[in-house]
Amino acid sequence: MKKNRKFPGSLECLGDVCDFVTHCAKECNLNEAQVYAVQLAVDEATTNIIEHAYKGHLPNEFEITCEELPEGLQVVLHDTGKAFDPASVPLPLLNVPLEELRSRGLGVFLMRKMMDVVEYDFSPEDGNVLRMVKKKGG
Amino acid sequence: MEIQSTEYKRCTVIKASGRIDGSNAPELGAALKQLNANGIFNLVFDMPEIKFMASAGWWVLIDIQKACKPKGGELVLAGVDKGIRESLKLVGMDTYFKIYDDLTSAVGSF
Repeated sequence: MKKNRKFPGSLECLGDVCDFVTHCAKECNLNEAQVYAVQLAVDEATTNIIEHAYKGHLPNEFEITCEELPEGLQVVLHDTGKAFDPASVPLPLLNVPLEELRSRGLGVFLMRKMMDVVEYDFSPEDGNVLRMVKKKGG
Repeated sequence: MEIQSTEYKRCTVIKASGRIDGSNAPELGAALKQLNANGIFNLVFDMPEIKFMASAGWWVLIDIQKACKPKGGELVLAGVDKGIRESLKLVGMDTYFKIYDDLTSAVGSF
């Protein structure tokens, strides 16, 4: 199975994005918890594209490709916005007093926790490519 | 997103359904902040019909908790979906909220 779809660079697309990856995850026979993990990671990645990669730019399309691998589901997000490397986002401070909690970094942290592989690449020609894999056994 | 608010003797219950993500989390935040503005700091977020919560939603709840606690109140959660609860626990954010299995228990905690 390999499917791809383009979405508008707007937060209103998040529901459609979720529906698309959910359908693909279920086709790969991921279990309920794994499907939720994919939903959450892709939602966070999509939000980052819209709020960071396309920030200050005219909203543009981005593309999601889902492919079944022997080990599970691969999801690749491709956008043409400015470079945004998730690895550059500091880990959030957790397990601190409530008043010290800050929002930055939780989305990226969730992506890394929910998915077994999170790889990023950027080129001026292609833009940002984020590859994530959810393993069936993981 | 439809948000319902119900006042009880010692707390106010707010209920929403569907998914909470970056597109509608501000709307939820505005509704909760309005309750704070009206002097209500004992809150129950009734969640059995919330099937998905992105980090944007969690930050709304954290911000409201930060507003409620100094006023002697708190925001508690009721009926949290299993997937949401597990992702909360995974990132250690479950410790910032009391979580009840059902609304009756949550309301009764005040």
